Amino acid sequence: MILVYVECRDFKIKQSSLEALSEAKRRGDEIGIETTAVLVGHAVDALAPEVFRYGASKVYILENALLAHYSPSGFTQALVSLIEEIKPEIILFAATSMGKDLSPRLAAELGVSLASDCIQTAAKNGKLEVKRPIFAGKAFASFMLNSSPQMASLRPNVFPLAEPVDGHGETIKKEVVIPENQVKDKVTEILKAEGAELDVTEADIVVTGGRGMKGPENFDLLRELTAVLPHSALGASRSAVDAEWIDHQHQVGQTGKTVSPSLYMAFGVSGAIQHLAGMSSSKFIVAVNKDPDAPIFKVADFGIVGDLFQVIPPLKEELKKILSE
Amino acid sequence: MNLFVFVKRVPDTESKIKINHETNSIVEEGLNFVLSPYDEYAVEEALQIREAKGGQVTVFSVGPDETQTILKKCLAMGADEAVLIKDGAGETYDSLRTAKIISQVLKTKHTQFDLLLFGKQSVGADSAQVPSMVAALLDLPQVNVVTDLEIEGNAGSALREIEGAREKVTFMLPAVVSAQKGLNEPRYETLKGIMAAKRKEIPVVTLEELGIQPDELTIQLELTKIESPPARERGKIIEDEPGEAAKKLAEFLHQDAKVI
Ligand SMILES: Cc1cc2nc3c(=O)[nH]c(=O)nc-3n(C[C@H](O)[C@H](O)[C@H](O)COP(=O)(O)OP(=O)(O)OC[C@H]3O[C@@H](n4cnc5c(N)ncnc54)[C@H](O)[C@@H]3O)c2cc1C
Ligand SMILES: Nc1ncnc2c1ncn2[C@@H]1O[C@H](COP(=O)(O)O)[C@@H](O)[C@H]1O
Repeated sequence: MILVYVECRDFKIKQSSLEALSEAKRRGDEIGIETTAVLVGHAVDALAPEVFRYGASKVYILENALLAHYSPSGFTQALVSLIEEIKPEIILFAATSMGKDLSPRLAAELGVSLASDCIQTAAKNGKLEVKRPIFAGKAFASFMLNSSPQMASLRPNVFPLAEPVDGHGETIKKEVVIPENQVKDKVTEILKAEGAELDVTEADIVVTGGRGMKGPENFDLLRELTAVLPHSALGASRSAVDAEWIDHQHQVGQTGKTVSPSLYMAFGVSGAIQHLAGMSSSKFIVAVNKDPDAPIFKVADFGIVGDLFQVIPPLKEELKKILSE
Repeated sequence: MNLFVFVKRVPDTESKIKINHETNSIVEEGLNFVLSPYDEYAVEEALQIREAKGGQVTVFSVGPDETQTILKKCLAMGADEAVLIKDGAGETYDSLRTAKIISQVLKTKHTQFDLLLFGKQSVGADSAQVPSMVAALLDLPQVNVVTDLEIEGNAGSALREIEGAREKVTFMLPAVVSAQKGLNEPRYETLKGIMAAKRKEIPVVTLEELGIQPDELTIQLELTKIESPPARERGKIIEDEPGEAAKKLAEFLHQDAKVI
């Protein structure tokens, strides 16, 4: 059986978990094993039917009031007890903040290795082979998962979501017993960023500003663009972050976030190797830079050599026009 | 406070990565190896905690002899002691192996600590696994991707980055914390620090001394292939009057790329 950890935030299932579930179903069918899901938390039952629409035949619900808020040690304890009972061959996570935090703890607890942030999976002789970026995407490495269970986390925004079906399945609810002192690290509060902006790793469109933006006030131009573009987020180069024009949560690159949106738009970004590492796997790349020799143009599908301050306003209007049609 | 920091020697971020397809590995010749960038934040945080509360900072690294260089850098920044755990395996991309070695050190040789500090991820392997794995193997609390850390007595509180927000996490010491950019500004080495670091002995611990059986370190991720990412072709680059250029770009996005 394949078990997919399904993450809930604000009483919603994360899209990237459904992507992982979709991929699990594709591989599970190929290998000939069942695809199942697990939800951990408190009062998450109502979300269970959603996973049947993406191919799970069973959903396990691990319920405990102590797990109402995320705790890596607590969630691991809950998952270990289920995994020892149902013995899945493969366990998949979405490589979200929570997935990246929880999956290695669980893997070590189970004594197995883990491939993180994979961008491709394949079934080989009943096992999984996965591909993952190394050096922030400057190279790709493929691995056969030789452990039991096999474990991997899948990068968000990479695996296609399955067409939802009118599926049904079995809901298995388990009250997990966890001594309070086993919940060693507790989330006590969630501080939302200004305006609850979408994170660059989750957006379909990333609009990035570099040092060419000249100052923090000009990022408003980019904010106006993201306001027009659906499911978009604001990115930044490290130079813009280091100048304190924008918070480092927005930084894209080798020491920032790696993104693979459908569309990446870079304004006043030169395209240093560390920046390219973080965004080169975007489906389409667009760049506006006044320097025709800027390295960003080497990876751009469409580039404009020109002054971003003159290009952005008419571009916003053109996009608005298209989107309103 | 007994503060332990775990650091890794990695190729610097400027590196162009070349692949040897015969040996299925990254060509190391010509690469400039440095202290992994996130580990610098971990070292700095340890130094700041020591300065505020007193105590001792010890830096550990698992790697080949050449790792001495980054350990010297940590000493020059101000760490009190450094320990090299000698491992000739090279890059295995298997974080569990590294985490087992580190936890064995902490179970057998260096058992007294209040806080274990890591980088959130090592540049290159990019796994972001070792800290959580060590926490699991030692049954400790963990907080990863930390941008703010406070220690009061034997309790800690940290802010960790998640999608579009920060989580506040509370825990008891000893604990595992991994550093994200934003936690602090790593200091430069001082000349005095560099001189002192030069004279300092770095003890070397071998895997045999730790009593680790080779079969405990079997690599479970079997590397089958290393390849370059698919090359991107240079697309259409235009130079035009801004209004006209913007119009062409919008048309491209709508009609050709179909992303809008
Ligand atoms: C250890 C390490 C890690 C790093 N990690 C990252 C990382 O994660 N992410 C990252 O981005 N960088 C990273 N860097 C930094 C990287 O090397 C570059 O310094 C940085 O990406 C440059 O940012 P930039 O393109 O905004 O600025 P610049 O290189 O200064 O480029 C600005 C560009 O704007 C253009 N421009 C100026 N005015 C205009 C205008 N009016 N209209 C149009 N174009 C204009 C210029 O032609 C120029 O190309 C890292 C560096 C190191 C050493
Ligand atoms: N060989 C190593 N020796 C010491 N610490 C390491 C080693 N590898 C990884 N680490 C620590 O674990 C962190 C995360 O690494 P990784 O899981 O490889 O992304 C690094 O930033 C280091 O703090």
